[in-house]
Amino acid sequence: MPINYYILLSLALFTIGIVGVLTRRNAIIIFMCIELMLNAVNLLLVAFSKMHLNAAILANDAASTAGTDGQLFVFFIMVVAAAEVSVGLAIIVMMYRNIHSVDVNFLNRLKH
Amino acid sequence: MNALILSAVLGVIMMFSSFLLKQKPAVRAVAISGIVLVLLVNLLEMTSQPFLTVDTRGLLVFDHFALVFNTVIFAAVLLYFLLSAPDMEKVGGSYAEYFALIFFILCGVTLVTSFTSLLTLFLGIEIISIPLYILTGSDKRNLKSNEAALKYFLMGSFSTGLMLMGIALLYGAWGTFSTEAPALLASMPPVLVVAGMSLVFFAMAFKVSAAPFHFWTPDVYDGAPTVFTSFMATVVKGAVFAGFIRLFDHAFGAQQPQWQFWVAVITVVTLFVGNITAVFQQSVKRMLAYSSIAQAGFMLFALYAMNAAGKEGILLYTAAYSFASIGIFAVLARMNDYTFDGFNGLARTAPLVAGALTVFLLSLAGIPLTAGFIAKFYMLKAALTTPGSTWLVIFAVLMAAVSVYYYFRVIRAMYFREPGESPAPVFPGFFKWTLALLALLVILLGVFPELLLGRLYF
Repeated sequence: MPINYYILLSLALFTIGIVGVLTRRNAIIIFMCIELMLNAVNLLLVAFSKMHLNAAILANDAASTAGTDGQLFVFFIMVVAAAEVSVGLAIIVMMYRNIHSVDVNFLNRLKH
Repeated sequence: MNALILSAVLGVIMMFSSFLLKQKPAVRAVAISGIVLVLLVNLLEMTSQPFLTVDTRGLLVFDHFALVFNTVIFAAVLLYFLLSAPDMEKVGGSYAEYFALIFFILCGVTLVTSFTSLLTLFLGIEIISIPLYILTGSDKRNLKSNEAALKYFLMGSFSTGLMLMGIALLYGAWGTFSTEAPALLASMPPVLVVAGMSLVFFAMAFKVSAAPFHFWTPDVYDGAPTVFTSFMATVVKGAVFAGFIRLFDHAFGAQQPQWQFWVAVITVVTLFVGNITAVFQQSVKRMLAYSSIAQAGFMLFALYAMNAAGKEGILLYTAAYSFASIGIFAVLARMNDYTFDGFNGLARTAPLVAGALTVFLLSLAGIPLTAGFIAKFYMLKAALTTPGSTWLVIFAVLMAAVSVYYYFRVIRAMYFREPGESPAPVFPGFFKWTLALLALLVILLGVFPELLLGRLYF
């Protein structure tokens, strides 16, 4: 399959994530949209990794390790995303305990 | 490399000390001796006598710039611990954990100042950011701290998403994550590099709070506990700037004509927004938040010029700005009233503290004989080597003149106003003398900048 399909799919997912972050008011849904952005990046990295490997094989380098670092990066993104989830959910829970709401409209209170 | 390993170990040690050591002064002593150790180890590595040599597989390179920059950062953290560590007790119960998080942030800082791969850059930025979200929200009962943490977290992870997309596009175009002279693959369109570079640029501009990506800064700096605002606004900002410059120097040096204009635009907007908005603030803490945006505008000059003078400038600027701001925030954290009126008559009640504070404010405003002046001078000198940037330098000088107004408001309150009814803040003797030492350091760097810059070329 041409790489363009993967690029378009992951850009579409990424854009859905961005639009969600900018328009939604619920902190948890914003958070889910951010995770969607990160996963769009994961998809793109894996697609590019495969593409670089194929290019190396086409250039008669069958034992090539081209593209492995892209897949490696995906694991790092997953780990960091997990760390972010744990901290982020803790912050949202702390917020909920104090105001019994996860609506981000509340955040405007700081701009007195 | 040694400092990186040691600060990771110290982070774990601090976590254990939270239940092994019952007394808070003991925890503090462990943390302070830890940072002294990190500083010493880093100095040893700087003089080419490392304890350990680790093969980093081309992911990190500890060159002179990175090592000297780390030394400045560790020295700033040491001074920060000496001045502000007792104030962290007031924030919440997890005293040792705050130090642990700060040591983990220092790991991220070392990664960001020495990366040679987009992977380590990303990891460094995240290792800095995630503990900072926690520190911002560490005052759990305070609604303002909660809001600041949530806002910082949502904005921060959004910008991380943008940066990752940029990195993925660059990977597609280059076929590698290495930032050392990557070349566009023949089969890929150049638009990938441009799009990737723009996304990474936006994300980094967000992290250093350059306008128009600064909107989170005043709220987060204002809402976070003052001791941690101090850390965020100085150490972290300086380190991320070093990473920003390193990235554009190594990876995008060839495309400089394309991005230089946009850096100039962002510099102008940052200087304008930071300085003009700071004039209208009533709270000193919020004024310092806007002033940190304005100072970021000056630091962007190093990115704009991207030459040896600019790198010397960013080193000196980080030192000057961090030392001065750490001092001001340390005093602010002990004040009962954060408005300008809260400083009324401080010269009468605490002359030594007021004197040191004056030196810090003069340094931030860029008055000669202070480190702030010579740092600003280096930045503008670096920018002038680029033809056609005279207008930018003139604009920056005008904005520095505006900044004098709001910094001098504090000095005026301290020296020319009567003390208010509220009880005067108390400053212990050790605090006062450390502050005086810091002020001396700021003046020393302003008179002899070679003390620091000479280290770059040993």
